[in-house]
Amino acid sequence: MEPQFFDQPGGFVGQPIVRVEGREKVTGKAKYSAEFPLPGLTYGVLTTSTIAKGKIMSIETAAAAREPGVIAVLTHQNLPKLVKTPNTPEGKKDTGSQMGFMPLTSDEIFYAAQPVALVVADTLDHAIHAAKLVKVTYQKQEPIASFHDPKAELFDPQKIQDGKADAHTKRGDAKGAFASSAIQLTATYNHPVYNHNPMEPGSTTAVWDAPDRLTVYESTQGVTRTQSTLSAMLGLPREQVRVITKYLGGGFGCKGSMWPHTILTVQAAKAVGRPVKLMLTRPQMFTSMGHREDQAQTVQLGATAEGKITSIVHTKTSTTSPWDNYAESNSKILDMLYATPNFEASYELARANVMTSTFMRAPGEAPGSFAIECSMDDLAYKVGVDPIEIRLRNHADHDYSTGHPWSSKSLKQCYARGAELFGWSKRNPTPGATRDGRFLVGMGMASASYPVHNSQGTARARLYADGHAVVQSGATDLGTGTYTVMTQVAADALGLPLEKVRFELGDTQLPTAPNSGGSVAAGTVSSSVYLAAQDVWQKLIKMAVVDKKSPLYKAKPEDVATEKGRLFLKKDPKKGEAFGDLMKRADMTDIEGMAQGKYGAGYEAASAAANADPAHKDEAAQHAMHSFGAHFCEVRVDMDLGTIRVSKWVSVMGAGRILNAQTARSQIIGGAIFGIGSALMEETVRDQNFSRYTNADLASYHVPVNADIPNITVEFVEEHDPFINAMGVKGIGEISMVGVAAAVGNAVFHATGKRLRDLPLTPDKVLMSGMNS
Amino acid sequence: MNNFSYTQAASTKEATAAKAADKQAAFIGGGTTLIDLMKSDIEEHSLLIDINRLSMLGIENPATGLRIGALERMSDVGEHPLVVQNYPVISQSLLASASPQLRNMASMGGNLLQRTRCGYFRDTAFPCNKRVPGSGCPAQTGDNRTLAILGGSTSCIATHASDLAVALVALEAKLTLESPKGTTRTVPLADFYKLPGSTPNIENHLAPGELITAITVPAAAHARKSHYLKVRDRASYAYALVSAAVGLDVQGGTIRSARVALGGVGTVPWRVPAVEKYLVGKPATEDNFRAAAALAVRDAKPYEHNKFKLELAQRTIVRALLEVA
Repeated sequence: MEPQFFDQPGGFVGQPIVRVEGREKVTGKAKYSAEFPLPGLTYGVLTTSTIAKGKIMSIETAAAAREPGVIAVLTHQNLPKLVKTPNTPEGKKDTGSQMGFMPLTSDEIFYAAQPVALVVADTLDHAIHAAKLVKVTYQKQEPIASFHDPKAELFDPQKIQDGKADAHTKRGDAKGAFASSAIQLTATYNHPVYNHNPMEPGSTTAVWDAPDRLTVYESTQGVTRTQSTLSAMLGLPREQVRVITKYLGGGFGCKGSMWPHTILTVQAAKAVGRPVKLMLTRPQMFTSMGHREDQAQTVQLGATAEGKITSIVHTKTSTTSPWDNYAESNSKILDMLYATPNFEASYELARANVMTSTFMRAPGEAPGSFAIECSMDDLAYKVGVDPIEIRLRNHADHDYSTGHPWSSKSLKQCYARGAELFGWSKRNPTPGATRDGRFLVGMGMASASYPVHNSQGTARARLYADGHAVVQSGATDLGTGTYTVMTQVAADALGLPLEKVRFELGDTQLPTAPNSGGSVAAGTVSSSVYLAAQDVWQKLIKMAVVDKKSPLYKAKPEDVATEKGRLFLKKDPKKGEAFGDLMKRADMTDIEGMAQGKYGAGYEAASAAANADPAHKDEAAQHAMHSFGAHFCEVRVDMDLGTIRVSKWVSVMGAGRILNAQTARSQIIGGAIFGIGSALMEETVRDQNFSRYTNADLASYHVPVNADIPNITVEFVEEHDPFINAMGVKGIGEISMVGVAAAVGNAVFHATGKRLRDLPLTPDKVLMSGMNS
Repeated sequence: MNNFSYTQAASTKEATAAKAADKQAAFIGGGTTLIDLMKSDIEEHSLLIDINRLSMLGIENPATGLRIGALERMSDVGEHPLVVQNYPVISQSLLASASPQLRNMASMGGNLLQRTRCGYFRDTAFPCNKRVPGSGCPAQTGDNRTLAILGGSTSCIATHASDLAVALVALEAKLTLESPKGTTRTVPLADFYKLPGSTPNIENHLAPGELITAITVPAAAHARKSHYLKVRDRASYAYALVSAAVGLDVQGGTIRSARVALGGVGTVPWRVPAVEKYLVGKPATEDNFRAAAALAVRDAKPYEHNKFKLELAQRTIVRALLEVA
């Protein structure tokens, strides 16, 4: 069985430690991926398509090429060819590309702002100017803009998420059970396109160190995934492609896979024989790194007269690209959140002239939770009970979607503590009955859940005899605190002061770690760091027990414990020595440990396999693993003007061990803001005639400003989960926004008595809902 | 962005002469909108004439009214005690605009010349009659949620973006313009702007080389009792879905004079004299405000996604009037 982490007396894990890289960041020393000054660096700028569908008839590049400083104008006609493109299903699978199409491989245009040329120049200004001078003539065709388009053809994809999930799920007889249910609720929820818009746009700096050796400074959530996609497309062994990401200015999923601009920059660097840097513009961020797809979902919820769910039938219709069957899997959370005996879900897609959509913070769970949590609210009012009570009546004591017991679950505690912090008991149950001057005041809540996605990663710990350590893993810090929490874990595990530990990440030359996505990073990397430290101790213990000069000479290794950098006998703690003394006697400057940490089912299975009790083994290897939580929201709605302001917010989460109280709190706050934005204002508008966005900038694509966000209260319920990983960490990046939009929508219903199901809840929709009464 | 020349003008005469000599030249004050337009390839200029050294400054309030130099920054005017006290609608419209960083840079004259946020205008891949005359107006059948219901034409329904202009039009502000010949003229702001008609690319009546040097606002009782209400998609840093600039002079419960203008609904800042006329002589009651507000949108032409503005415009007027009643 893998060792488990236990809190060190006076340890750093769990403490609100300020970011270890904070000073680097605020003093501008931290180098983001577009900030590496390289000799001979050149600048790439994309020219993009002005149409959404058609063919390139001609490209005039001479004028651009003549401009001062221009080194190359690359188009589909002269760009170096790739060994493998994702343009076929096999190519897509082999490369791991999110999008089954690579621009500049043909004269075809499939989506608006598709790259058609890449200009490389000696300065950014020269490149920007020349990119504008590339003149393209098109043969225009009428595009399809979305599944709403009357010309769009809906189809059954059989599989969604690139074959990773079934488009059909069935447990029991959901339709039959719905038809015979005492209460039958049917509702449709509409969602716009959302874009991730991290502060740092996507960027690539490509350097060919030799004709067959490449280094890429990339803005990515996973250096390993970028490396594997690049190596497949270029036909190079992986070790000859190095990817570096030291700091990331957010990602939210759009940097989770490699997108065309990256490989185009690499090809451009090849073509010009110099390093090339390309940074996407803000408008290009809307059409270069995916988006959350526009979608409609219908929930049929059957229940007994007492409000016990008998059945859920869920269907989703969404827009996808010409090549890929991507849809985020909303139904998973509807399948597992409550005790639902009968369940059925299906997806249908329509191809349109858009790029491929992709995972965006809480993919599936974010829109799925809006649907189920608004429908649960409807059920509460229908039955005439409190929204928390309806959820308690349907509490899933085990996971109905798999039949497995939970590894841990604190949802009831989250409801109770959240209600207490929020003042839920003061809520008048009648909708539309609470006023404050001209405002209608409403309180709403929603459950949150996010699964533990199985993952594994590796870390290396090098402990120096002089009492400092360097710990490494090829992970990514999205900006949420990976550097900090891993430093804390390493310091505790190695028994060193925080400032004596340096944690390094973001380089494919370091031990392999997974993408920072799907909330797996903290759980995977923390356990690999912890286990790497354990590996160091095991090596030191083995040294000590055979060292005649050691007080631990001839002790059994299993009788030796370690704490605060000291090795000692468990039975006689006074008998022992510091690791530095042991290492100095052996003339060692340093010692290395390495380990793989597993997260989720893999960890549980490995632990169970190592367990001597075969009866326990099967049981232990079959837990459903999820974080749970509850959000509470108060809104003030001006029914005359249609404006909604969130005036109070409480989030309580049960998410395993919290590694850093401060960064964790910040992440939950960030998720709440992200969710409030999706509920009230965010929306990428696609013109239905041109299939082109009309608000691709941050002046028109509204994300919340400070004035939109009230004080946010965050608390964690303490959880000890032995099944997840060696650290008992569940991950909090996604769950922070699951259920947030529903909590807002439910509060708006409570305030106004109007159920709004089409996001975002902008003033026009609120106003019209009031007029339709 | 194209290459361009840059010059600092030492006098208004020098500035206007330089502009008159080059049709592709532009004055640059704060540059917050001009640079954005140039970077987005919406405007191309051969020459930028920096007017920041000119002495078009000052915020004065003699008995006749308010005089503001065109180079005063939005934040300075918005927070100026004379403005806050005597012309609250101007202060409020400024402080509800843009962001603090932009307000610190942007000049008053430049604010009045800012161009629409219509998404079709802002992306050169779309046809747009305002940007490329004759290319078409996709907004008519496209994304028109934020666009105009008043003053539009089949060529253009782009909304005028300035908050300040709405307040100034309500208070019958005038612009002082200086020509390359050194002559000055004053133009009511309401007459300065041009409806799109079939030439939406021409937005105002500036003569070649003319420069806005000052803004004057007549003193009035309704100016002291004035208010700007802006309804938008988020609490700050967003353009108006609908806004209302109102001023009332109420004595003994009866309205002596009223000023009402709308933003976010017109192709130009939209004063509604019919509403004002209705109010004068009547008691300042919510019922009267409502009846008056209905007159504001009599001639409105809503499109597929902006029908809500018909109702929202009226409610915004009523709410704003209630603030000063």
